[in-house]
Amino acid sequence: MRVQLRDICGVRSGDKGNISDLSLFAPDAEVFDLIREHVTANRVAAHFGDLVTGEVLRYEAPNVLALKFVMHDALGGGAARSLRSDTQGKTMGLSLLRMTIEVPDDVAGRLPRRPRPPSAANTRSVDRP
Amino acid sequence: MTSGATAPSKAVRIGAGQGFMGEDLALMRAVLADGVDYLVCESLAERTMGILEQARQRDETAGFAADLADRIDIVAADVFAGRTRFITNAGGVNPVAAQRALVARLRERGYRGRTIGLVVGDAVDPRLVEPRPTGRPLSATAYLGSAGIVQALGLGADIVITGRVADACLFLGPLIHEHGWAMDDWDRLAAGIVVGHLLECSAQSTGGNYSGDWWNTVDPWRAGLPIAEVDPDGRAIITKPNGTAGRVSFDTVREQLLYEVHDPRRYMTPDVIVDMTSVVLTDHGDDRVEVNGATGTPRPQALKGIAFSEGGFAGEATLTYAWPDALEKATFVLDLVRRESETRGLTVDGWCTEYFGVCGFGGPTVDGAARPDDPPEVVARLAWHAADLTTAQSVAALFRTVALTGPPGLQGIGRRAVPSPPEPLVVLDDFFVDRDAVEAGVRVHVEEI
Repeated sequence: MRVQLRDICGVRSGDKGNISDLSLFAPDAEVFDLIREHVTANRVAAHFGDLVTGEVLRYEAPNVLALKFVMHDALGGGAARSLRSDTQGKTMGLSLLRMTIEVPDDVAGRLPRRPRPPSAANTRSVDRP
Repeated sequence: MTSGATAPSKAVRIGAGQGFMGEDLALMRAVLADGVDYLVCESLAERTMGILEQARQRDETAGFAADLADRIDIVAADVFAGRTRFITNAGGVNPVAAQRALVARLRERGYRGRTIGLVVGDAVDPRLVEPRPTGRPLSATAYLGSAGIVQALGLGADIVITGRVADACLFLGPLIHEHGWAMDDWDRLAAGIVVGHLLECSAQSTGGNYSGDWWNTVDPWRAGLPIAEVDPDGRAIITKPNGTAGRVSFDTVREQLLYEVHDPRRYMTPDVIVDMTSVVLTDHGDDRVEVNGATGTPRPQALKGIAFSEGGFAGEATLTYAWPDALEKATFVLDLVRRESETRGLTVDGWCTEYFGVCGFGGPTVDGAARPDDPPEVVARLAWHAADLTTAQSVAALFRTVALTGPPGLQGIGRRAVPSPPEPLVVLDDFFVDRDAVEAGVRVHVEEI
Protein backbone atom coordinates (compact mmCIF):
# COMPACT_ATOMS: atom_id res chain seq x y z
CA MET A 1 0.00 0.00 0.00
CA ARG A 2 1.00 3.64 -0.42
CA VAL A 3 2.32 5.29 2.72
CA GLN A 4 2.75 9.05 2.88
CA LEU A 5 6.02 10.28 4.38
CA ARG A 6 4.12 12.64 6.70
CA ASP A 7 2.87 9.58 8.59
CA ILE A 8 6.27 8.00 9.20
CA CYS A 9 9.04 10.65 9.02
CA GLY A 10 10.24 13.86 10.59
CA VAL A 11 11.84 16.61 8.56
CA ARG A 12 13.74 19.88 8.85
CA SER A 13 14.43 22.48 6.17
CA GLY A 14 17.36 24.87 5.86
CA ASP A 15 18.97 27.10 3.25
CA LYS A 16 22.34 28.38 2.13
CA GLY A 17 22.16 30.88 -0.68
CA ASN A 18 20.04 29.33 -3.43
CA ILE A 19 20.37 25.81 -1.99
CA SER A 20 17.55 24.13 -0.09
CA ASP A 21 18.91 21.62 2.44
CA LEU A 22 16.44 19.04 3.78
CA SER A 23 16.84 16.33 6.39
CA LEU A 24 14.38 13.43 6.49
CA PHE A 25 14.30 11.40 9.73
CA ALA A 26 13.16 7.83 10.28
CA PRO A 27 11.91 6.60 13.66
CA ASP A 28 13.69 3.25 13.44
CA ALA A 29 15.96 1.12 11.28
CA GLU A 30 13.08 -0.45 9.34
CA VAL A 31 11.71 2.88 8.19
CA PHE A 32 15.24 4.11 7.51
CA ASP A 33 15.76 1.18 5.14
CA LEU A 34 12.45 1.93 3.45
CA ILE A 35 13.20 5.57 2.80
CA ARG A 36 16.75 4.72 1.75
CA GLU A 37 15.26 2.45 -0.89
CA HIS A 38 12.36 4.59 -2.06
CA VAL A 39 13.18 8.26 -1.46
CA THR A 40 15.88 8.60 -4.09
CA ALA A 41 17.45 11.80 -5.34
CA ASN A 42 15.69 11.34 -8.68
CA ARG A 43 12.30 10.91 -7.06
CA VAL A 44 12.83 13.99 -4.92
CA ALA A 45 13.88 16.04 -7.94
CA ALA A 46 10.75 14.92 -9.81
CA HIS A 47 8.57 15.60 -6.75
CA PHE A 48 9.64 19.24 -6.58
CA GLY A 49 9.27 19.79 -10.33
CA ASP A 50 9.98 23.38 -11.36
CA LEU A 51 10.42 24.54 -7.74
CA VAL A 52 13.93 23.05 -7.96
CA THR A 53 15.78 23.59 -11.22
CA GLY A 54 19.26 22.39 -10.20
CA GLU A 55 20.84 19.15 -9.15
CA VAL A 56 19.50 17.18 -6.17
CA LEU A 57 22.15 15.33 -4.15
CA ARG A 58 21.34 12.75 -1.48
CA TYR A 59 23.47 11.86 1.53
CA GLU A 60 22.96 9.35 4.36
CA ALA A 61 23.45 9.85 8.09
CA PRO A 62 22.75 6.40 9.54
CA ASN A 63 23.84 7.50 13.03
CA VAL A 64 20.63 9.52 13.29
CA LEU A 65 18.58 7.45 10.80
CA ALA A 66 18.41 10.32 8.34
CA LEU A 67 18.67 11.13 4.67
CA LYS A 68 19.81 14.54 3.51
CA PHE A 69 18.76 16.20 0.26
CA VAL A 70 20.81 19.11 -0.99
CA MET A 71 18.84 20.78 -3.76
CA HIS A 72 20.58 23.35 -5.95
CA ASP A 73 18.85 26.33 -7.59
CA ALA A 74 15.90 25.61 -5.36
CA LEU A 75 14.90 28.92 -3.78
CA GLY A 76 14.32 31.32 -6.65
CA GLY A 77 17.72 32.94 -6.12
CA GLY A 78 18.10 32.63 -2.34
CA ALA A 79 16.75 34.51 0.66
CA ALA A 80 17.86 38.00 -0.34
CA ARG A 81 16.81 37.70 -3.98
CA SER A 82 13.87 35.31 -4.15
CA LEU A 83 10.45 36.55 -5.21
CA ARG A 84 8.78 33.64 -3.43
CA SER A 85 6.94 34.09 -0.14
CA ASP A 86 9.06 31.33 1.34
CA THR A 87 12.38 32.95 0.51
CA GLN A 88 14.34 30.56 2.76
CA GLY A 89 12.51 27.39 1.81
CA LYS A 90 11.31 26.75 5.36
CA THR A 91 8.32 24.84 3.95
CA MET A 92 10.27 22.73 1.46
CA GLY A 93 10.77 19.84 3.88
CA LEU A 94 7.07 19.79 4.68
CA SER A 95 6.34 19.63 0.95
CA LEU A 96 8.64 16.60 0.76
CA LEU A 97 6.38 14.87 3.30
CA ARG A 98 3.64 14.80 0.65
CA MET A 99 5.54 12.08 -1.19
CA THR A 100 4.15 8.54 -0.92
CA ILE A 101 6.12 5.31 -1.07
CA GLU A 102 4.94 1.77 -1.85
CA VAL A 103 5.23 -0.48 1.19
CA PRO A 104 4.11 -4.15 1.48
CA ASP A 105 0.81 -4.33 3.36
CA ASP A 106 2.17 -6.37 6.28
CA VAL A 107 5.06 -3.95 6.75
CA ALA A 108 2.83 -0.90 6.41
CA GLY A 109 0.57 -2.29 9.12
CA ARG A 110 3.33 -2.37 11.71
CA LEU A 111 5.13 0.90 10.96
CA PRO A 112 5.02 3.43 13.80
CA ARG A 113 2.64 6.23 12.75
CA ARG A 114 3.42 9.79 13.71
CA PRO A 115 0.86 11.34 16.03
CA ARG A 116 -1.53 14.03 14.82
CA PRO A 117 -2.24 17.23 16.76
CA PRO A 118 -5.51 17.78 18.61
CA SER A 119 -8.35 18.88 16.35
CA ALA A 120 -8.41 22.58 15.49
CA ALA A 121 -12.17 22.53 16.03
CA ASN A 122 -11.56 22.54 19.78
CA THR A 123 -9.26 25.58 19.88
CA ARG A 124 -10.28 29.02 21.11
CA SER A 125 -9.20 30.80 17.95
CA VAL A 126 -12.64 30.89 16.35
CA ASP A 127 -13.68 34.42 17.35
CA ARG A 128 -15.40 36.55 14.77
CA PRO A 129 -17.11 39.86 15.53
CA MET B 1 34.85 6.26 30.87
CA THR B 2 31.67 6.54 32.87
CA SER B 3 28.58 7.58 31.09
CA GLY B 4 25.46 9.08 32.51
CA ALA B 5 23.33 12.16 32.73
CA THR B 6 25.61 14.02 35.13
CA ALA B 7 27.93 16.72 33.90
CA PRO B 8 31.58 15.71 33.65
CA SER B 9 34.07 17.41 35.95
CA LYS B 10 35.66 20.64 34.74
CA ALA B 11 32.89 20.98 32.23
CA VAL B 12 32.41 24.39 30.65
CA ARG B 13 28.81 25.57 30.61
CA ILE B 14 27.91 27.53 27.46
CA GLY B 15 24.49 28.96 26.77
CA ALA B 16 22.88 30.31 23.63
CA GLY B 17 21.39 33.78 24.08
CA GLN B 18 19.79 34.19 20.69
CA GLY B 19 19.49 32.58 17.29
CA PHE B 20 18.60 35.59 15.20
CA MET B 21 18.67 39.38 15.46
CA GLY B 22 15.65 40.50 17.44
CA GLU B 23 14.91 37.30 19.33
CA ASP B 24 12.95 37.69 22.59
CA LEU B 25 15.26 38.97 25.34
CA ALA B 26 13.38 37.03 28.03
CA LEU B 27 14.69 33.76 26.60
CA MET B 28 18.27 34.96 27.09
CA ARG B 29 17.50 36.05 30.66
CA ALA B 30 16.42 32.51 31.52
CA VAL B 31 19.75 31.13 30.25
CA LEU B 32 21.71 33.63 32.36
CA ALA B 33 19.60 32.84 35.40
CA ASP B 34 20.45 29.16 35.01
CA GLY B 35 24.16 29.96 35.34
CA VAL B 36 26.56 29.78 32.38
CA ASP B 37 30.30 30.37 32.06
CA TYR B 38 29.77 31.80 28.59
CA LEU B 39 26.75 33.36 26.97
CA VAL B 40 26.99 33.36 23.18
CA CYS B 41 24.71 35.40 20.94
CA GLU B 42 24.57 34.52 17.26
CA SER B 43 22.90 37.31 15.30
CA LEU B 44 23.85 36.86 11.68
CA ALA B 45 21.65 34.86 9.36
CA GLU B 46 22.56 35.37 5.69
CA ARG B 47 19.39 37.38 5.32
CA THR B 48 20.32 39.52 8.35
CA MET B 49 23.68 40.35 6.79
CA GLY B 50 21.80 41.75 3.79
CA ILE B 51 19.57 43.86 6.05
CA LEU B 52 22.58 45.19 7.99
CA GLU B 53 24.42 46.02 4.77
CA GLN B 54 21.40 48.02 3.61
CA ALA B 55 21.45 49.91 6.91
CA ARG B 56 25.14 50.71 6.52
CA GLN B 57 24.57 51.98 3.01
CA ARG B 58 22.30 54.64 4.53
CA ASP B 59 24.40 55.37 7.64
CA GLU B 60 28.07 54.47 8.01
CA THR B 61 27.74 54.19 11.81
CA ALA B 62 25.03 51.51 11.41
CA GLY B 63 25.27 47.89 10.22
CA PHE B 64 25.42 46.04 13.53
CA ALA B 65 22.65 44.20 15.34
CA ALA B 66 20.01 46.56 16.63
CA ASP B 67 19.43 44.57 19.81
CA LEU B 68 23.07 44.59 20.97
CA ALA B 69 22.63 47.42 23.48
CA ASP B 70 19.59 45.74 25.03
CA ARG B 71 21.50 42.49 25.40
CA ILE B 72 24.45 44.25 27.01
CA ASP B 73 22.10 45.80 29.55
CA ILE B 74 20.92 42.34 30.51
CA VAL B 75 24.23 40.51 30.56
CA ALA B 76 26.43 43.27 32.05
CA ALA B 77 25.71 42.51 35.72
CA ASP B 78 26.83 38.89 35.28
CA VAL B 79 29.87 39.85 33.24
CA PHE B 80 31.06 42.54 35.63
CA ALA B 81 30.52 40.23 38.59
CA GLY B 82 32.85 37.76 36.88
CA ARG B 83 30.17 35.07 36.55
CA THR B 84 29.83 35.00 32.77
CA ARG B 85 31.69 36.00 29.66
CA PHE B 86 29.78 37.26 26.65
CA ILE B 87 30.59 36.53 23.01
CA THR B 88 28.63 37.77 20.02
CA ASN B 89 28.91 38.37 16.30
CA ALA B 90 26.40 41.21 16.64
CA GLY B 91 29.02 43.47 15.07
CA GLY B 92 27.49 42.45 11.75
CA VAL B 93 29.02 44.37 8.85
CA ASN B 94 30.35 47.08 11.20
CA PRO B 95 31.97 45.55 14.30
CA VAL B 96 33.98 48.69 15.10
CA ALA B 97 30.80 50.75 15.36
CA ALA B 98 29.21 48.01 17.42
CA GLN B 99 32.11 47.96 19.86
CA ARG B 100 31.94 51.76 20.24
CA ALA B 101 28.22 51.60 20.93
CA LEU B 102 28.72 48.79 23.41
CA VAL B 103 31.52 50.56 25.32
CA ALA B 104 29.50 53.78 25.37
CA ARG B 105 26.51 51.96 26.80
CA LEU B 106 28.58 50.27 29.51
CA ARG B 107 30.26 53.55 30.52
CA GLU B 108 26.91 55.30 30.58
CA ARG B 109 25.67 52.62 33.00
CA GLY B 110 28.75 53.08 35.19
CA TYR B 111 30.41 49.73 34.59
CA ARG B 112 34.20 49.68 35.15
CA GLY B 113 37.03 47.21 35.35
CA ARG B 114 36.44 44.62 32.63
CA THR B 115 37.99 44.03 29.23
CA ILE B 116 36.22 44.30 25.91
CA GLY B 117 37.61 42.42 22.92
CA LEU B 118 37.00 43.23 19.27
CA VAL B 119 37.75 40.98 16.28
CA VAL B 120 37.93 42.73 12.90
CA GLY B 121 39.17 41.73 9.47
CA ASP B 122 36.34 39.70 7.98
CA ALA B 123 35.76 42.42 5.39
CA VAL B 124 37.04 41.63 1.89
CA ASP B 125 37.40 44.14 -0.95
CA PRO B 126 34.24 43.49 -2.99
CA ARG B 127 36.03 44.41 -6.23
CA LEU B 128 38.29 41.38 -5.79
CA VAL B 129 35.43 38.89 -5.53
CA GLU B 130 34.99 36.33 -8.30
CA PRO B 131 32.64 35.79 -9.98
CA ARG B 132 31.62 39.43 -10.32
CA PRO B 133 28.02 40.16 -9.33
CA THR B 134 25.67 41.56 -11.97
CA GLY B 135 24.75 44.61 -9.87
CA ARG B 136 27.02 47.24 -8.31
CA PRO B 137 29.24 45.54 -5.68
CA LEU B 138 28.70 46.91 -2.17
CA SER B 139 30.84 44.90 0.22
CA ALA B 140 32.00 41.40 1.02
CA THR B 141 32.84 39.44 4.13
CA ALA B 142 34.60 36.15 4.74
CA TYR B 143 33.48 33.68 7.40
CA LEU B 144 36.21 33.76 10.04
CA GLY B 145 36.97 30.90 12.39
CA SER B 146 37.43 30.97 16.14
CA ALA B 147 41.10 32.10 16.31
CA GLY B 148 40.31 35.77 16.92
CA ILE B 149 37.98 34.93 19.79
CA VAL B 150 40.54 32.57 21.32
CA GLN B 151 43.13 35.33 21.13
CA ALA B 152 40.81 37.92 22.68
CA LEU B 153 39.93 35.57 25.54
CA GLY B 154 43.61 34.85 26.04
CA LEU B 155 44.19 38.60 26.39
CA GLY B 156 41.64 38.66 29.18
CA ALA B 157 38.53 39.78 27.33
CA ASP B 158 35.27 39.33 29.24
CA ILE B 159 33.20 40.44 26.27
CA VAL B 160 34.15 39.65 22.67
CA ILE B 161 32.40 41.30 19.76
CA THR B 162 32.98 40.20 16.18
CA GLY B 163 31.66 40.62 12.68
CA ARG B 164 31.19 37.66 10.38
CA VAL B 165 32.61 34.85 12.49
CA ALA B 166 30.98 31.56 11.49
CA ASP B 167 28.10 30.75 13.82
CA ALA B 168 29.45 27.56 15.38
CA CYS B 169 32.95 29.06 15.80
CA LEU B 170 31.55 31.58 18.29
CA PHE B 171 31.01 28.60 20.59
CA LEU B 172 34.18 26.73 19.65
CA GLY B 173 36.35 29.73 20.63
CA PRO B 174 35.67 29.59 24.38
CA LEU B 175 36.01 25.79 24.39
CA ILE B 176 39.47 26.03 22.83
CA HIS B 177 40.38 28.73 25.35
CA GLU B 178 39.08 26.85 28.39
CA HIS B 179 40.21 23.34 27.50
CA GLY B 180 43.47 24.28 25.81
CA TRP B 181 42.65 22.40 22.62
CA ALA B 182 45.21 22.67 19.83
CA MET B 183 44.14 24.29 16.57
CA ASP B 184 44.95 21.03 14.78
CA ASP B 185 43.29 18.67 17.26
CA TRP B 186 40.67 17.94 14.63
CA ASP B 187 38.45 15.62 16.67
CA ARG B 188 38.24 18.05 19.60
CA LEU B 189 37.59 20.95 17.25
CA ALA B 190 34.89 18.88 15.56
CA ALA B 191 33.31 18.20 18.95
CA GLY B 192 33.29 21.92 19.67
CA ILE B 193 31.75 22.70 16.29
CA VAL B 194 29.01 20.13 16.90
CA VAL B 195 28.21 21.84 20.20
CA GLY B 196 28.18 25.22 18.50
CA HIS B 197 26.04 23.92 15.68
CA LEU B 198 23.49 22.60 18.18
CA LEU B 199 23.38 25.95 20.02
CA GLU B 200 23.67 28.53 17.25
CA CYS B 201 20.02 28.44 16.19
CA SER B 202 18.71 28.84 19.74
CA ALA B 203 15.49 26.89 20.32
CA GLN B 204 15.83 24.84 17.15
CA SER B 205 17.53 22.12 19.21
CA THR B 206 15.19 22.41 22.19
CA GLY B 207 11.80 21.91 20.55
CA GLY B 208 11.45 24.94 18.27
CA ASN B 209 10.56 24.08 14.67
CA TYR B 210 10.41 20.45 15.80
CA SER B 211 8.49 18.37 13.27
CA GLY B 212 7.12 15.90 15.86
CA ASP B 213 4.47 16.49 18.52
CA TRP B 214 4.95 20.25 18.69
CA TRP B 215 1.61 20.68 20.45
CA ASN B 216 3.11 19.11 23.57
CA THR B 217 6.25 21.27 23.71
CA VAL B 218 5.65 24.70 22.19
CA ASP B 219 5.31 27.68 24.55
CA PRO B 220 7.22 30.46 22.75
CA TRP B 221 7.52 33.06 25.53
CA ARG B 222 8.90 30.50 27.96
CA ALA B 223 11.01 28.51 25.48
CA GLY B 224 14.27 27.19 26.86
CA LEU B 225 17.34 28.04 24.76
CA PRO B 226 20.03 25.35 24.71
CA ILE B 227 22.90 25.06 27.16
CA ALA B 228 25.88 22.74 26.63
CA GLU B 229 28.09 21.30 29.36
CA VAL B 230 31.29 20.40 27.57
CA ASP B 231 34.10 18.41 29.12
CA PRO B 232 37.79 18.59 28.16
CA ASP B 233 37.48 15.58 25.85
CA GLY B 234 34.68 17.19 23.91
CA ARG B 235 31.89 15.04 25.28
CA ALA B 236 28.90 17.28 25.89
CA ILE B 237 25.48 17.30 27.45
CA ILE B 238 22.87 19.42 25.69
CA THR B 239 20.19 20.69 28.04
CA LYS B 240 18.11 23.83 28.73
CA PRO B 241 17.38 26.09 31.70
CA ASN B 242 15.34 24.73 34.57
CA GLY B 243 11.69 25.60 34.42
CA THR B 244 11.60 26.53 30.74
CA ALA B 245 9.35 25.10 28.05
CA GLY B 246 10.44 23.01 25.09
CA ARG B 247 12.17 19.66 25.00
CA VAL B 248 15.69 18.30 24.62
CA SER B 249 15.49 14.76 23.25
CA PHE B 250 17.13 12.54 20.66
CA ASP B 251 14.53 13.73 18.15
CA THR B 252 14.81 17.47 18.77
CA VAL B 253 18.61 17.34 18.81
CA ARG B 254 19.04 15.19 15.71
CA GLU B 255 16.87 17.56 13.66
CA GLN B 256 19.31 20.36 14.45
CA LEU B 257 22.44 18.20 14.11
CA LEU B 258 21.96 17.94 10.35
CA TYR B 259 20.48 21.42 9.81
CA GLU B 260 22.04 23.14 6.79
CA VAL B 261 25.18 20.97 6.85
CA HIS B 262 24.91 19.73 3.24
CA ASP B 263 27.19 16.65 2.98
CA PRO B 264 27.03 15.38 6.59
CA ARG B 265 30.41 13.65 6.29
CA ARG B 266 32.06 16.91 5.32
CA TYR B 267 30.46 19.80 7.16
CA MET B 268 32.70 22.68 6.17
CA THR B 269 33.67 25.24 8.78
CA PRO B 270 36.63 27.62 8.85
CA ASP B 271 38.32 25.64 11.67
CA VAL B 272 37.69 21.98 10.82
CA ILE B 273 35.73 19.73 8.48
CA VAL B 274 33.28 17.80 10.64
CA ASP B 275 31.88 14.32 10.08
CA MET B 276 28.36 14.63 11.48
CA THR B 277 27.77 10.92 10.84
CA SER B 278 30.35 10.10 13.53
CA VAL B 279 28.31 11.79 16.26
CA VAL B 280 26.55 9.57 18.79
CA LEU B 281 23.49 11.04 20.51
CA THR B 282 22.34 9.43 23.76
CA ASP B 283 19.08 10.56 25.31
CA HIS B 284 19.38 10.43 29.11
CA GLY B 285 15.87 11.77 29.71
CA ASP B 286 15.01 14.89 31.73
CA ASP B 287 15.97 17.12 28.80
CA ARG B 288 19.57 15.92 28.72
CA VAL B 289 21.13 14.52 25.56
CA GLU B 290 24.74 13.39 25.45
CA VAL B 291 26.74 14.22 22.33
CA ASN B 292 29.89 12.24 21.77
CA GLY B 293 32.27 10.79 19.21
CA ALA B 294 32.62 13.61 16.69
CA THR B 295 35.54 13.29 14.31
CA GLY B 296 37.10 15.96 12.15
CA THR B 297 39.59 16.39 9.33
CA PRO B 298 41.91 19.32 8.58
CA ARG B 299 40.36 22.70 7.92
CA PRO B 300 39.94 23.93 4.36
CA GLN B 301 42.47 26.31 2.86
CA ALA B 302 39.67 28.39 1.34
CA LEU B 303 37.26 30.42 3.43
CA LYS B 304 33.70 30.93 2.31
CA GLY B 305 32.58 34.49 1.90
CA ILE B 306 29.45 36.41 1.05
CA ALA B 307 29.44 39.32 -1.38
CA PHE B 308 26.72 41.95 -1.31
CA SER B 309 25.61 43.81 -4.39
CA GLU B 310 22.73 45.95 -5.58
CA GLY B 311 20.00 43.71 -6.90
CA GLY B 312 17.33 45.91 -8.45
CA PHE B 313 13.81 46.24 -7.09
CA ALA B 314 11.12 43.82 -6.03
CA GLY B 315 7.41 44.54 -5.77
CA GLU B 316 4.48 42.40 -4.77
CA ALA B 317 0.71 42.44 -4.51
CA THR B 318 -1.68 40.11 -2.75
CA LEU B 319 -5.29 39.67 -3.89
CA THR B 320 -7.86 37.46 -2.23
CA TYR B 321 -10.75 36.18 -4.32
CA ALA B 322 -13.82 34.63 -2.76
CA TRP B 323 -15.73 31.53 -3.89
CA PRO B 324 -17.06 30.63 -6.41
CA ASP B 325 -14.31 30.07 -8.99
CA ALA B 326 -11.75 31.80 -6.75
CA LEU B 327 -8.71 30.23 -8.43
CA GLU B 328 -10.05 30.96 -11.90
CA LYS B 329 -10.59 34.63 -11.01
CA ALA B 330 -7.17 34.93 -9.42
CA THR B 331 -5.24 33.40 -12.30
CA PHE B 332 -7.29 35.41 -14.82
CA VAL B 333 -6.42 38.72 -13.14
CA LEU B 334 -2.73 37.94 -12.58
CA ASP B 335 -2.48 36.99 -16.27
CA LEU B 336 -4.07 40.32 -17.18
CA VAL B 337 -1.59 42.26 -15.07
CA ARG B 338 1.35 40.49 -16.68
CA ARG B 339 0.00 41.00 -20.18
CA GLU B 340 -0.70 44.69 -19.50
CA SER B 341 2.86 45.12 -18.23
CA GLU B 342 4.13 43.76 -21.55
CA THR B 343 1.74 45.96 -23.53
CA ARG B 344 3.08 49.00 -21.73
CA GLY B 345 6.67 47.96 -22.42
CA LEU B 346 7.58 47.51 -18.76
CA THR B 347 10.78 45.48 -18.53
CA VAL B 348 10.11 42.98 -15.78
CA ASP B 349 12.88 40.40 -15.48
CA GLY B 350 11.18 37.97 -13.11
CA TRP B 351 7.66 37.05 -11.98
CA CYS B 352 6.46 34.79 -9.20
CA THR B 353 2.83 33.69 -8.85
CA GLU B 354 1.54 31.87 -5.78
CA TYR B 355 -1.99 30.71 -4.97
CA PHE B 356 -2.43 30.18 -1.24
CA GLY B 357 -5.20 27.82 -0.32
CA VAL B 358 -4.39 25.76 -3.41
CA CYS B 359 -0.64 25.28 -3.79
CA GLY B 360 0.94 28.50 -2.46
CA PHE B 361 3.95 26.90 -0.80
CA GLY B 362 4.02 23.40 -2.23
CA GLY B 363 3.67 24.29 -5.92
CA PRO B 364 4.00 21.12 -8.01
CA THR B 365 4.33 18.91 -4.90
CA VAL B 366 0.61 19.47 -4.33
CA ASP B 367 -0.85 17.05 -6.83
CA GLY B 368 -4.36 17.16 -8.29
CA ALA B 369 -6.01 15.11 -5.56
CA ALA B 370 -4.55 17.31 -2.82
CA ARG B 371 -5.80 20.54 -4.42
CA PRO B 372 -9.23 21.74 -3.34
CA ASP B 373 -11.70 21.65 -6.21
CA ASP B 374 -13.53 24.92 -5.59
CA PRO B 375 -11.91 26.47 -2.50
CA PRO B 376 -13.78 28.97 -0.28
CA GLU B 377 -11.14 31.57 -1.13
CA VAL B 378 -7.75 31.86 -2.79
CA VAL B 379 -5.01 34.28 -1.81
CA ALA B 380 -3.14 35.13 -4.99
CA ARG B 381 0.26 36.74 -4.73
CA LEU B 382 2.18 38.23 -7.62
CA ALA B 383 5.78 39.34 -7.12
CA TRP B 384 7.98 40.94 -9.73
CA HIS B 385 11.53 42.09 -10.15
CA ALA B 386 12.82 44.99 -12.23
CA ALA B 387 16.18 46.64 -12.59
CA ASP B 388 14.82 50.11 -11.85
CA LEU B 389 12.40 51.52 -9.30
CA THR B 390 10.14 53.26 -11.82
CA THR B 391 9.37 50.01 -13.62
CA ALA B 392 8.69 48.20 -10.36
CA GLN B 393 6.34 51.02 -9.31
CA SER B 394 4.57 51.07 -12.66
CA VAL B 395 3.62 47.41 -12.28
CA ALA B 396 2.34 48.09 -8.77
CA ALA B 397 0.19 50.94 -10.10
CA LEU B 398 -1.70 48.55 -12.42
CA PHE B 399 -3.38 47.00 -9.37
CA ARG B 400 -5.22 50.23 -8.52
CA THR B 401 -7.47 49.67 -11.51
CA VAL B 402 -8.34 46.05 -10.75
CA ALA B 403 -10.67 46.55 -7.77
CA LEU B 404 -13.84 47.90 -9.43
CA THR B 405 -13.21 46.78 -13.00
CA GLY B 406 -12.32 43.12 -12.36
CA PRO B 407 -14.21 39.96 -11.48
CA PRO B 408 -16.40 39.95 -8.35
CA GLY B 409 -15.18 38.89 -4.93
CA LEU B 410 -11.85 40.70 -4.61
CA GLN B 411 -10.90 41.45 -1.06
CA GLY B 412 -7.66 42.35 0.69
CA ILE B 413 -6.57 40.53 3.80
CA GLY B 414 -6.64 42.71 6.87
CA ARG B 415 -5.93 46.42 6.58
CA ARG B 416 -2.78 46.26 4.53
CA ALA B 417 -2.59 48.50 1.53
CA VAL B 418 -2.34 46.57 -1.72
CA PRO B 419 0.23 46.45 -3.19
CA SER B 420 3.11 47.28 -0.87
CA PRO B 421 5.71 49.71 -2.28
CA PRO B 422 8.56 48.10 -4.25
CA GLU B 423 11.80 47.70 -2.29
CA PRO B 424 15.46 47.85 -3.31
CA LEU B 425 17.26 44.52 -2.93
CA VAL B 426 20.75 43.87 -1.60
CA VAL B 427 21.62 40.44 -2.91
CA LEU B 428 24.16 37.95 -1.57
CA ASP B 429 26.48 35.65 -3.49
CA ASP B 430 28.91 33.07 -2.12
CA PHE B 431 32.58 33.15 -2.99
CA PHE B 432 35.72 31.44 -1.79
CA VAL B 433 38.94 33.17 -0.84
CA ASP B 434 42.32 31.90 0.31
CA ARG B 435 42.44 31.96 4.10
CA ASP B 436 45.96 33.33 4.31
CA ALA B 437 44.92 36.46 2.41
CA VAL B 438 42.06 37.07 4.83
CA GLU B 439 43.75 36.06 8.07
CA ALA B 440 46.69 38.37 7.41
CA GLY B 441 44.24 41.20 7.93
CA VAL B 442 42.47 39.94 11.04
CA ARG B 443 43.12 42.11 14.10
CA VAL B 444 42.17 41.57 17.71
CA HIS B 445 41.87 44.61 19.96
CA VAL B 446 41.21 44.57 23.67
CA GLU B 447 40.28 47.59 25.73
CA GLU B 448 39.72 47.86 29.45
CA ILE B 449 36.89 50.06 30.51
